[in-house]
Amino acid sequence: MATKVFMEALSPTMEEGRLVKWLKNEGDAVKSGDPIAEVETDKAIMELVARGDGILRKRLVAENESRPVGQLVGVIATADENIDALIAGAGAPAAPAPEAKPAEQAVAKTQEQAGASSVPQNAPQAQGEGSPPPPAKSSSAPAAPQTTGGSTGNGGPIRSSPLARRLASERGLDISQVQGSGPAGRIIKRDIESAVSAAAAKPAAAAGVQRAAGAGDFEDIPLTQIRKTIAKRLAESIGPIPTFYLTAEFDLSRVTEMRAAMAQMGDEFKVSVNDILMKAVATALAQHPEVNSHWLGDKIRQHHRVHLGMAVATPDGLIVPVIFDADQKRMSEISHEAKELAKRARERKLKPEEYTGSTFSISNLGMFGIDQFTAIINPPEVSILAIGTAQDVVVPGPDGFTVQKRLRVTMSCDHRAVDGAVGAAFLQTLRRLIENPLMLVF
Amino acid sequence: MPVITYRDALNHALREEMQRDDRVFLMGEEVAVYQGAYKVSKGLLQEFGEMRVVDTPITELGFAGVGVGAAMVGLRPIIEFMTWNFGILALDQVLNSAAKLLYMSGGQYNIPIVFRGPNGAALQLSAQHSQAFESWLAHIPGLKVVTPGTPYDAKGLLKSAIRDDNPVCFLEGEMLYNTKGEVPDEEYVVPIGQADLKREGEHCSIITNGKMVLLAMQVADQLAKDGINVDVVDLRTVRPMDVDAIRTSVEKTNRAVVLEEGWEICGIGTQVVDYIQRECFDSLDAPVIRVHQADVPMPYAKNLERAAKPDAAKTIAAVRKVMYLD
Repeated sequence: MATKVFMEALSPTMEEGRLVKWLKNEGDAVKSGDPIAEVETDKAIMELVARGDGILRKRLVAENESRPVGQLVGVIATADENIDALIAGAGAPAAPAPEAKPAEQAVAKTQEQAGASSVPQNAPQAQGEGSPPPPAKSSSAPAAPQTTGGSTGNGGPIRSSPLARRLASERGLDISQVQGSGPAGRIIKRDIESAVSAAAAKPAAAAGVQRAAGAGDFEDIPLTQIRKTIAKRLAESIGPIPTFYLTAEFDLSRVTEMRAAMAQMGDEFKVSVNDILMKAVATALAQHPEVNSHWLGDKIRQHHRVHLGMAVATPDGLIVPVIFDADQKRMSEISHEAKELAKRARERKLKPEEYTGSTFSISNLGMFGIDQFTAIINPPEVSILAIGTAQDVVVPGPDGFTVQKRLRVTMSCDHRAVDGAVGAAFLQTLRRLIENPLMLVF
Repeated sequence: MPVITYRDALNHALREEMQRDDRVFLMGEEVAVYQGAYKVSKGLLQEFGEMRVVDTPITELGFAGVGVGAAMVGLRPIIEFMTWNFGILALDQVLNSAAKLLYMSGGQYNIPIVFRGPNGAALQLSAQHSQAFESWLAHIPGLKVVTPGTPYDAKGLLKSAIRDDNPVCFLEGEMLYNTKGEVPDEEYVVPIGQADLKREGEHCSIITNGKMVLLAMQVADQLAKDGINVDVVDLRTVRPMDVDAIRTSVEKTNRAVVLEEGWEICGIGTQVVDYIQRECFDSLDAPVIRVHQADVPMPYAKNLERAAKPDAAKTIAAVRKVMYLD
């Protein structure tokens, strides 16, 4: 039974992927779960894994070529299996017509050959935020042979109920990636539902290294009338996110002292100002769930766990990897994790679950000598903190003037969820922590 | 609420409508002196006299035709067939006269007539006397076809049928006459063309009518023991059929079994399945399965008759199959 290798949606927003490198040659034996190619998504370079056992009989895409999600890029089969029909169904791989919607052509041909089936084999489609990636090998789908499911393995149509097709399309799910549990591998409602929940569970599972995801991870707060009015009226004024900004300046003297003292104890205790800030922000967020929230339109989701996003500049643009449960982590862990995430972000090696799910974000342009700036909120989050450069400032005191290291931060707040006083209270807590950093080790 | 038999519910409907409107009269074999082969017309001769409760010779085509003529001149006849197996002798009057005259007279003649009698199989009455004719009658434009399965529906629908200005074929069941159910003392009618959700569940819809409603309810009880909860949609009227009720149920459960008393080919279930595939295509998670009588003349032998009829085991198997449990 042959297994089709499709260009898979390896990020939540991926529409097409560039095959960077084949990791297996034609003729190589592969096992289900083996990486067979590296694919560049819109966010990162990811591994495409085999969904069945056999021999990689055919590679249908040359390295560096792009293919829309859902298109056949290879065939895994036994050595003597006839795969001509499968390959014919994939269109002309060597001559991709750039604007000719190759996926749709391929689908048309496959259907013609199959004789029936109106199943749209995932023509390129814009997948909205939160649309789940296909279940990966770690999904909880039954470990039946892949060939009984999405890919029937003999070039036949995908069997699926009309309801399953409708639900898959409504939820942005690629039905060809779903394992069918009905008669003859027919994909039915329960298969779509388990694929959706498996996909949704993935980021949480990744975060669960420290703490398992649980039902009490957040609380949904229904909108009060006054919140609704604030949301509506202010979005009319500055929309769609009516943002306001709170700037505060913190005394970094004790942070500086602490860093120096720690550095003296040895290299393993070295932490950056940014690490201390992140620890302080995470600690403050745990005390201010109003700020550690998502705006969901009809309600506000207050998160009980703090997943701190940190904006990282990469040659390709901004990406925000997440330090999950940052408030639960020690400063050294945050420091280590932040370095590691930043490095892999620049190498474009982040996995989707590493840059989704943040509950609050910070953006630091201090290293670029920016005094202060305003950052743009990353929805559905309701706040973001912009951090400038620490500067020596002359300040008057009872015994004359002194020079202090001071830091300006600006918090952008979504007024629909966060009022000025709420944002200010958060900054007050943050000030207390940063100006008394020993509290962070308490 | 009083609990009475299906037979008495029909009797009350006849009496109340005959009291309400003196144009209503009952005619058929043994309806008067013998008080009905199944005693549905008990007491009516005494109360309304022989002008309004009329015994006929064994001439179905003849007295059905007399009924159509009476309806043309303004009376509201109720024609009782001792069973619908005899009623087929009158089909020319039912199909060609009653069903067509409004159309062929250019709207001059309404035919406010009710043809009623027991339909389908009882026990060991063999091939010629065990036939369910609702799909035959429902095929004809100009007829309404009503198949009540409970005493409440029997009374309410018979009153609606008598008050209807068009021909209504009213299909009862010999095996239903002794069944009991709650029927209010107060005046009520059940509108023709309205299905009834007899039981609510979320896993599968059983769509049925007439005598099979009781079977569907038993099946639903048994399935519930295994945690399977079904909708039981009682069509009540098979023409006009309540497509909205079918759609609402199937869109909820995504699965359907259609249960009917008659044969498979061109049966009531054929029409139900057609509506489902047209109206609910994108809600279906499994093919629809039908349960019906075996495609043979009804056997006389007890064991063979049992094997030929739709029953609980067959219906449960069908539900489990559409739920992909077996």
